[in-house]
Amino acid sequence: MSTTLNVVTSQAYKYGFVTDIEADSVAPGLSEDVIRFISAKKGEPDWLLEFRLKAYRHWLTMAEPEWAKVEYPKPDFQKIVYYSAPKPKKPQYASLDEVDPELRRTFEKLGVPIHEQEALAGVAVDVVFDSVSVTTTYREKLAAVGIIFCSFSEAVKSHPDLVKKYLGSVVPSSDNFYAALNSAVFTDGSFVFIPKGVACPMDLSTYFRINNKESGQFERTLIIAEEGASVSYLEGCTAPQFDTNQLHAAVVELVALDDASIKYSTVQNWYAGDKDGKGGIFNFVTKRGLCKGKRSHISWTQVETGSAITWKYPSCVLLGDDSIGEFYSVALTNHKQQADTGTKMIHIGRNTKSTIVSKGISAGDSSNSYRGLVKVQPKAEGARNFSQCDSMLIGQSSSASTFPYIEVQNRSARVEHEATTSKIGEEQLLYFQQRGIPAEEAISMIINGFCKDVFRELPMEFAVEATKLLSLKLEGSVG
Amino acid sequence: MLSIKNLTASINGTPVLKGIDLEIKAGEIHAIMGPNGSGKSTLGKVLVGHPAYEVTGGEVLYEGRNLFEMAADERARAGLFMGFQHPIEVPGVSNAAFLRLAYNKKAEADGRDELDPLEFDDFIHEKIKLVAMREEFLDRSLNEGFSGGEKKRNEILQMAVLEPKLAILDELDSGLDIDALRVLGEAVNRLQRPDRALLIITHFPRILETIQPQFVHVLSGGRILKSAGKELATELEDRGYDWVLEEAAAGGAR
Repeated sequence: MSTTLNVVTSQAYKYGFVTDIEADSVAPGLSEDVIRFISAKKGEPDWLLEFRLKAYRHWLTMAEPEWAKVEYPKPDFQKIVYYSAPKPKKPQYASLDEVDPELRRTFEKLGVPIHEQEALAGVAVDVVFDSVSVTTTYREKLAAVGIIFCSFSEAVKSHPDLVKKYLGSVVPSSDNFYAALNSAVFTDGSFVFIPKGVACPMDLSTYFRINNKESGQFERTLIIAEEGASVSYLEGCTAPQFDTNQLHAAVVELVALDDASIKYSTVQNWYAGDKDGKGGIFNFVTKRGLCKGKRSHISWTQVETGSAITWKYPSCVLLGDDSIGEFYSVALTNHKQQADTGTKMIHIGRNTKSTIVSKGISAGDSSNSYRGLVKVQPKAEGARNFSQCDSMLIGQSSSASTFPYIEVQNRSARVEHEATTSKIGEEQLLYFQQRGIPAEEAISMIINGFCKDVFRELPMEFAVEATKLLSLKLEGSVG
Repeated sequence: MLSIKNLTASINGTPVLKGIDLEIKAGEIHAIMGPNGSGKSTLGKVLVGHPAYEVTGGEVLYEGRNLFEMAADERARAGLFMGFQHPIEVPGVSNAAFLRLAYNKKAEADGRDELDPLEFDDFIHEKIKLVAMREEFLDRSLNEGFSGGEKKRNEILQMAVLEPKLAILDELDSGLDIDALRVLGEAVNRLQRPDRALLIITHFPRILETIQPQFVHVLSGGRILKSAGKELATELEDRGYDWVLEEAAAGGAR
């Protein structure tokens, strides 16, 4: 393989620094005592502790899933730190100025706007560092229209009824191995509630940062859009560069009532490990949206570029009649990265519609699989699905697989599936170079063309960032 | 303009070019002909910098510069163009955007003004007339779903946009019907100037009826076996390649 491809895809990870900050951590290991410790630390009500313990007891009976096309050493769950928080100088920050300057600098370096006055075009941000939420911007402005946007821990205290009503209603604590683990030990995350008839006036965003070397990150996000409400939510993530693996096992639950709409966008850039596959994040995440109401609409857009291992299937349960589920995904793997990602669209209500557009890009020695389920239940009269799964290979030693599962139990359903595989190789690059276009611009143009159907679903700034990120990730892989 | 001296090249360790000598001056049209597998397409690919081929010896000067010290995209910006035998398809990248980027890269290198999308729109609408291309092809993805003939038309459109000093056209006639061949051949003729040169690589002499070369070379086994004027093309049309090969084997021409 020639050098241009290789040079263009091996750029170093630029978010790999570690913040030197005093952390309040529990000793590694998992037990009922650790769960009680986390719960007590957060001053949780009894019902939540019970929720955790029930999940933990169920988790003990479960085995790690092995059906995904990924290979990795199984994490030793007794070596993980389940609670790590930057030690506050005071128990509560009265303002952001009291936040440890080291921590503020971290987010400045990452380009995350935690000062409202510096915020980009009015995006409200919840910042999660290791196990806890550090700050949430624009809260008053949002509260004025009845929107609740705060850390999960705060929501437990300030809106326990809402949390109790919806927590685990989309992803039950026994759903799968990692969801059960998360339910037992989750530490923080974001909570969003958009009341009836309110269109959220700005994009909401959470920025996740793993800093502690031994810690796992187990965040929990819960977004509820009441009747006729709408919201666009963005999630970004990075982690420092360690030569060990860190576990990230999050759960995201979305609930859309009648005529509500939730758009959830992710640009995932966890540390992916080095070019030989040492280190990197294990990203084992359960994301699911429930289109509970009639004509509700949930749309997932993800750009997955980081993590050593990705195991993630943002899904939609289309319960309400005429509800719509969408999944737009770009998953890029390079070097030794492995991704097994896709979606599930479960059609339960009548005239439900779903669209799946998946673009997998594999470079280096990586493995990239799309795995998706379209299920039409007996009562889902008139259900429709369209799936488009495209794979692009860069270089000689990467691989791409597609595993579409289709289960149709209603004769009136229409399900369409299209798939293609293409390759960026020497011939393609030479064609661009022969027209005077340098290799890096060529790759960027080819990749952007390939991902166009997904990128146009992203909010503007995210789309720009995603484009840059893909080019950066591929630097050095063409040659 | 182009001076090739004793050029040898190999692919995966197998020699394909075994000592090529060729001089091309401004204003000239050369044709390289030869049976399949003779190395004639390889010559074109080596000149534009295909990474699969390794140059093992010899020298190529392009306008006095060592060609092999220039990257493939640099060669292109310096005015070397190749019309590919099998142009690639690129989904999601519009033909117009690709053409404009290529134009602007060249313009930047030449110190000319780059064109914004509206200016380029005017510019390209003049150019497509030359190759009789329908406007809709500009908005389509680059070569995606184009027929063989449409791809070749797009290659010559790119040539018209970039106005290269030296254009290598590899098997332009493959995939073209007789009418399209004439249109594209005439377009190439119209682009020819006293300060430009053409190298036509072809298996069949047919295209040389429209684009008439002053020099015809027969390449086989990685060597140029015979060079002559355009009458050689007619002779090859009548007699095929075997007699040249036999003559060479008998120790006649080198």
